[in-house]
Parts: sequence; C-alpha cells; structure tokens
Amino acid sequence: MQEFQTRRRCGREGRVRIPSGCAITGIISKSGRRMSGERVIRSISVMHDRSNGLGGGFAAYGIYPEYRDYYAFHIFYESSAAKKECEEFLERHFDIINLSKIPTRKVKEITNEPLIWRYFLTPLPTKLADSQLDEREFVVKCVFHINAGADMKGAYVFSCGKDMGVFKAVGFPEDVGRFYKLEEYEGYCFTAHGRYPTNTPGWWGGAHPFALLDYSVVHNGEISSYDANRRAIEMYGYKCSLQTDTEVITYIIDYLHRKKRLTLDEIALVVAAPFWQTIGRMEQRDRETHEYLRTIFSSQLITGPFSILVGFEGGLMALNDRLKLRSMVVGERADMVYIASEEAAIRIIEPNLDALWAPLGGQPVIIRANGGEA
Amino acid sequence: MKRVYVNEKWCLGCHLCEYYCAFAGTNETDMARALKATIKINPKIKIEEKDGVSFAVSCRHCKEPLCVKGCITGALTISADGVITINHDRCVSCFTCILSCPYGAVSPSEDGAVQKCELCVKTAKGQPACVSGCPNGAIVFEERG
Amino acid sequence: MAINFLYPDYEVARNCDRCIVCRACERQCANEVHEYVDTLNKMVCDDAKCVNCHRCVSLCPTRALKIVKSGNTYKENMNWSGKTINEVYRQAGSGGVLLSSMGNPEEYPIYFDKILLNASQVTNPSIDPLREPMETTVFLGAKPHNIERGEDGRIKNNLPPQLKLSMPVMFSAMSYGSISYNAHESLARAAEELGILYNTGEGGLHEDFYRYGKNTVVQVASGRFGVHPQYLNSGAAVEIKMGQGAKPGIGGHLPGAKIVGDISRTRMIPEGSDAISPAPHHDIYSIEDLRQLVYSLKEATDYKKPVIVKIAAVHNVAAIASGIARSGADIISIDGFRGGTGAAPTRIRDNVGIPIELALASVDSRLREEGIRDDVSIIVGGSIRSSADIVRAVALGADCVYVATSALLALGCHLCRSCHAGKCNWGIATQSPELVKRLNPDIGYKRLVNLMTAWQHEIKEMMGGMGINSIESLKGNRLMLRGVGLNEKELSILGIKHAGE
Repeated sequence: MQEFQTRRRCGREGRVRIPSGCAITGIISKSGRRMSGERVIRSISVMHDRSNGLGGGFAAYGIYPEYRDYYAFHIFYESSAAKKECEEFLERHFDIINLSKIPTRKVKEITNEPLIWRYFLTPLPTKLADSQLDEREFVVKCVFHINAGADMKGAYVFSCGKDMGVFKAVGFPEDVGRFYKLEEYEGYCFTAHGRYPTNTPGWWGGAHPFALLDYSVVHNGEISSYDANRRAIEMYGYKCSLQTDTEVITYIIDYLHRKKRLTLDEIALVVAAPFWQTIGRMEQRDRETHEYLRTIFSSQLITGPFSILVGFEGGLMALNDRLKLRSMVVGERADMVYIASEEAAIRIIEPNLDALWAPLGGQPVIIRANGGEA
Repeated sequence: MKRVYVNEKWCLGCHLCEYYCAFAGTNETDMARALKATIKINPKIKIEEKDGVSFAVSCRHCKEPLCVKGCITGALTISADGVITINHDRCVSCFTCILSCPYGAVSPSEDGAVQKCELCVKTAKGQPACVSGCPNGAIVFEERG
Repeated sequence: MAINFLYPDYEVARNCDRCIVCRACERQCANEVHEYVDTLNKMVCDDAKCVNCHRCVSLCPTRALKIVKSGNTYKENMNWSGKTINEVYRQAGSGGVLLSSMGNPEEYPIYFDKILLNASQVTNPSIDPLREPMETTVFLGAKPHNIERGEDGRIKNNLPPQLKLSMPVMFSAMSYGSISYNAHESLARAAEELGILYNTGEGGLHEDFYRYGKNTVVQVASGRFGVHPQYLNSGAAVEIKMGQGAKPGIGGHLPGAKIVGDISRTRMIPEGSDAISPAPHHDIYSIEDLRQLVYSLKEATDYKKPVIVKIAAVHNVAAIASGIARSGADIISIDGFRGGTGAAPTRIRDNVGIPIELALASVDSRLREEGIRDDVSIIVGGSIRSSADIVRAVALGADCVYVATSALLALGCHLCRSCHAGKCNWGIATQSPELVKRLNPDIGYKRLVNLMTAWQHEIKEMMGGMGINSIESLKGNRLMLRGVGLNEKELSILGIKHAGE
C-alpha cells in the first residue's frame, strides 16, 4: 500500500520542490520548568486554517532527561527490510542504548503511517576515532548517509538531537499531536508547525519541524534565495534531500552556529542582514563587523518571506525576514514566552499576558532557558 | 544670462550648426522641406576653420554692444534679459552694425534687413537650434560669470 | 585589379528628395565614401569604401541616408556562402591572414536567449524596488575560511582585499591604444560616478588617469606594456590577462600606426613599432608558474590588491579555473567566445572557444564540487548585452560581469567591426586626432552612466519580481532560471530545468 502510494504520487517531496504556507507556534519556560505537550497542541490548533492537512509536527526539548547524554534518533521506515538494513548500519557505528517503537495512538485522520522507531545512541569510540571527526560531525555524517546515501533506501532519520525529539506526520498538526500522544511528554520548550503545501508531499519526511542534532526549525514562508542557499550549503558537505526551505535553513544555522561558531545574534545578522543603507549609518566598529559578516556569508543571506522558530539545546530563537513579510508575535507571561504566527494562538493558552509585541524584520528574539547555551 | 558658447576642442567642423540655424529661421517642421530648395543657406552662426582647427561664431550678446550703439534707427535693441534683437521693420540696411561688430556676427539677410543670432527666441523651438543640433557638445547654452 | 574586385556588401541609399547637400556626410566620413559634385550640386558616394558605421546616417539632419544590403549575390549555395567565397578571393589576392574586429558574429547558439527568468506569484510576494530597498552591491575577492575573534570576543577583520561595486558590472579591458584617450576618459569617469571599475587593458595607464585609480583595474598581459611598480599600485586590482575570448591562444596586436605620442609613452615602446603581445606569457608555461606571477604581483602591491586572472573560455575551462582558484588568485575572469576585440584573426575569432554561459555554469559547478568556490570570485564577459543577461549570469553563478561592447555602443559604436582599420568614425577605436575629438567625454561618460543606471533599475525590477532584495541571494540561484528549447545535455551543463518543469 505504502509503496503504491509513493509511486502514484510521482512528485514525492525531495524530488520536487514544494512551496508552502504555514502556521508556527512555540512555548518556552525561561526557568527550564517542564510542562506537558498538551498546551502547544491547543495553541497550534487555533490556526487550523493556516494549514491544509498535508503536514504537521512538533519539536520538544527536555523530554528525555533519563537519556540526556545520548543522541535520540527518530526514524521513519518504509518497510521492515529498510529497518533491518538501517539498524545494521546503526550497529556498525553506534552503541544502541535503547530502542523502541515510538508510541502512537490510532487517529482516523492520520493514515499511511510508516514504521516509526526511536533509538538512543552513542557513537562507537573506535569508529569515532577512525573518522577523525568530532562527535557531532560524526553523527551528522551518519544521518546524511542514512537519509541521502544511495545504498540506503526507505529509512529516514527525522530527529537526532540529545534530550529532544521531533514528531511529525502528514495531517493537521492537532491530529498529529494526538497521534504521537504528545500530551504524555514533558519538556521545557515546544515548537509546532502546521503546513499548507501547494503540492502533495507524498510522504512524512517532508513535514516539519526539520531537525539536525539539537537544532530544529519550524518555518513559515517561501524563501526566494533557496537555490543560492542550497548550492552554497551543499558545498560544505550538507545534502539537501528534501528541497524544502526548512531543511536548508536548518543546515545554515547548523553551519553558522556549530561549525563557524557564530553567536545567534550574529547568525541573525547573516541570514536576515540589515540593509547596506542601515549599515552605512552605523558607527565604524559595528559597520565593519556587519560588512564583514555580509561579505563572508553572502550566500547565507536569506531573502523572501520567512518567520522561523529555531529550537536548540537550552533555548529558542525567533526570527523574521528582513522585510517582515510574515506575521509573528511574541507574548510574555511571568516565566513563559510564547511566539506564534497569530496572537490568537497565544491567547488561547494564556489569555493574560504581561507583554505582547511583534518583532521587527530581522530582529532576533532569543530566549534562553536556564543553562541555555550560546 | 545664458549665452551660446563654443569650445573649439570639440568642434568637428561638420557645419551642422549652420543648417540647424538656417532651419530654425524658417519656422518649418521638416528640414528637408525647409531647405531643399535653398542652394546656399545663410545662417546666423558660421563655422570658421583653418589648418584643422574649427569653431562656430555667432553673436556673443555683448553687455556693451557696439552694434546697438551704432544702430542709427534703433532697430537693434538690447532686451531686459540681455538678448540683442533686430527689428526688421526699422532696419534701413545701413550696415553700420556689420562694420562695427568685432566678431563678424551680423550679416545681411535676404529680406533687406540685417540678421544676427537672437538665441532662437523668435523661432518655433524657442531654444538655440545650433546647441541642440551639435553632435559633439561643442556648442553650449549656459550661464557663465 | 579586375580579378580582385569584390562587390560591396552594403550600399549607401540616399534619398535625393531629402538631401539638402549640407555635406555633413562627406565631412564626417573618414573612409571618404561621400563626395560633393560641384557642377551638379549633388552628393555622390562610393559604396565600396563604406564600412557601414552609420556615422553619416546618424548625423544626416534630414534623414536622407540609410545603408542597405547591396543584394549582389553569387549563385545560391548552402555550402559556399557569399562570405566564404569572398574570403577566399581576398586571401588569394593578398596572401594574408584575414583580420576582424569586435565579437564573433557567426550563427552559434546564444544560450542567454534560451534561458527565461522566474517571478513570484501567490506563494511569496514580489518586492517593489520603488518602495523597498533593493541591493545590488557586490564584493569581489577571496573569503577567509576561519572566523577569528579578539580577546573581547569581537570578530576580527581578516578579510583579504576586496573590490566593492555598486552593481555587479565592470567595464572590461580595452587598452589605451586600441581605443582612444577620450574613450578611456569616458570609461574612467563613468566608473567613478557609478561606483564600479573599469579596466586599463594591456596598454598601460595614461598618467592623466591615475586619479581614477580606485576605480581602475590595471592589467598585466604577456607583452607587459606599460607595467611598472607605480602602475601596479595605482589601481584597485591587478588583472593578469592569460587569454581573451575573441582570440584564445594568441596575444594582443596593435599595429605600429596606432603607437603614436602618448600611447608610445604609456606603453613604454618606441613610436611606430608594432605592439605584438606574445601568445603565452613566457614566464608562465604551467599552472605553478601562474602562482609565481600571482604572488609576484601581490608582493609588488603589498598584498593590498586583489589579483584577477583572466582566461578565455576554452574546452577545459572548469579544470583550468579550478587550478587558478588554487593559485592564489582572488578573482577569476572568464571571457566567452563572443567577446570583442580591437583586432583578431578572423578564423580564430570565429572558430575558437566556447560560449560563456556554458563555461560559467561548468566553472561555478566545478568550484563548488571541489569546495573552493569561496576562495575566488567569478567575473564573466563575452557578450553581456543587457541587464537580463546580467541577471542570468549572476543566477548561473557569476559574482559580476564585464561589459565592453555594450559600453562602446553607448559611446557611439555601431558595430561595423572595422576597429583594426584605425579609422573609427566615432572616435573610439582610432588614434587620429581629428577622429578622436569626435568622442566628447563629457557626453560619453554621461551615456555610460545612463546605460548602467538603466540596467541597475532593470536588475532591481527583475530581482524584485523574483522576491529577492539583495543580489547575493540571486548568485548561483539557478532555480530562478528555466531553459527553452535546450536539450538534456545543455540543461545538465547549465544546471537548470526546462521551462514547464
């Protein structure tokens, strides 16, 4: 059945590029207090009309405290043969600390589910040493091998960070949340995404969030710089197998943050750079830094509309494109910060806010939970 | 005031200014129709050339014009904005102005009076035709101290 | 004599009803085509002398002149065209190599014309350049691999020297000698006003133009004409000319007749001597030698100026560019086979090299595959005819383009392709003073500024349509391009999809 479905829809995501409109929402506790996933489902469900039932998903941080030292891989399999092959690969490269099916419940709106498995892994020390890579790069290389390698078909790693996980499917986000029993998870930060693709994605991998290591991105928009960004980032060893904006944005953030060690504020200056005329008005030192970043990372500038929520270990960053072509508001109440495409999505779960404001285009909003890095 | 100035560095000696001048004087809209029958034009701007150097000469609209001073009938006058014009009805063709102009910028016309550059103030276009017709920017119409 | 006669390809058509016998045509034709016959009070002309430069047509005040194809024809033959037959006759008569000027006019595919641009509809908004900022500034030069920080955590400026341009265009190399003083002055002043650069070409730099240094690329070619330390340090960048699109594999030729006065002084060669640049640089027989010249020039300029290496687009261009990227060069300039020239052997101009579109696409792809695209910027030339060509070139992967023919057209050139004769009626490709003065730089520079300003507006409009508000997001953005009427192989080399895909 699954095979048939895939074949019939010749435009399976990854082979074609599918523009999407979207809804995004995010919740974070500044003190790192853990909460259930139930609220984020309620928040995103208000924006039902911003998605069309062809993709929904969540990223949750702080949900695996007992395994916080291990990479949590969430993998879609199209067949048990694919699972067997992939697990052999994992065994060759990792110590598998635990593995299980990801618990789901039957929801009539969610159909054609693949096999969905979760693994807690740590790289095999000998393999890691042989590779001469740092541990996180080793993990990334393995994920790319599974997702884009020619010899590995039918397996797709859609989450691979520590103490976090992505849960996504084809469907409306509130149905996806119920499907994955998200209310049973507790985390300090959640993001959610409802998708409005203009094409049938054909499989679950195309749903959002998109994640690499602990970076996860939910994104509303269609970036016009896509192919410039893609071709540049692929030069640095990334493989854009999905052809989605979210994928390339995630890789850009990973590249700038993990590999180039830019701060999140600096990343905002790269991807949603101030205009030259603004830079021209700055004092010398700032002007030089801005000019430097725009010159060096010119291919990481993202143009066209986007609002993104970037989840990372210990925090959340929200960012709009330089012209603010997509809606995004921030609400604050005591320890909690809420960010969503629409104010309604915040009010539904927190009617009494201390503050509510709309970030400017290119103005990053960075919230760090206790102990958050960067 | 704005006057016509000539930079001989850029004058190509193409003589087109003379033709545009003659054309402007006819108040016709088509140069071929205006000048086709004319065997020899009689323009108010003339190219002087020798040994590879060429430049156009026309009335300089002097601040203290000898031609006006010498005009016996008051046909030549200097207007409030500094343009020296000729009233054909008053001119008696004594040619005193022609003799007195140090630049040779006044000449006899076919209709019995004298003629001189009047900066095209009386023509259809209303701006100096030699300036707009010069292909190399050698003739300019501008304010100079 | 009779056997050498070739009927002219074009003839001057004079409408005697409109001709007022002003003789401007006669005075303006350096080829002495027109003549006034006193007894008839009529103009006559000798079509055989006409090069079809349109000087008389443009200046005729009554629109009495036009140039038409003469229509004289040999017996039709799909294999032996009239042009081919005439070339045989000319060579049989002269025993010489055929000379031509400007770019390859032959019928090869023009890939730019088979590539269409994208625009936003519904899923993302187009951007209105009249209401929103639209950025075309580019920086050319190598990008460092590592971010360094000071003790205070601030990013250190470890950028190698960069060229900053207000738009991704530079005026391509045209030497003083091949074109006139006034043409050079026009280019230099326009570059300064536009915030871009022009290129000296291989003939050195006239001392009057040192003041435009920050808008100047100084070129070093195989003949080394006019190269000295002050020259190298006077520009914003140094370009090593390895090859030229119009004549890959040979050097520049400037006949002794053009080596007069200031040109001889600027080139540092005696008056009247032919300036024949060697085909190769005789100190560069391989890529490792190029590296030495690159670093010699960097030493000479104290590592303060980017070094450009210019090559002609030839079959193996991707591999050559990859070698250059590892030679220490900051910028690679690639010149396509349609690039112009002041003089080239016809056979070479018309038969050697490859189209710039394919060369650019394959170089950009190769450098990315090898992970060295950030080490160099890419400039492409060789027939960039409009702002749409610039947008296409940038989307294929270029950082910047070189334009020369379009710039000459702005100065008056009518592409008669007779530069090598030295009698340019427009005062561009000539050194004869009475012709040079026909190009008034006050007019010329303004027309260049107008042209580039217009193109910049159009680039912004096209970018805005795509929803892109900064040129760097267009660079290499091949999804913004679609081919029409191209085969699979062509599409795969260009790295673009077919329209409808």
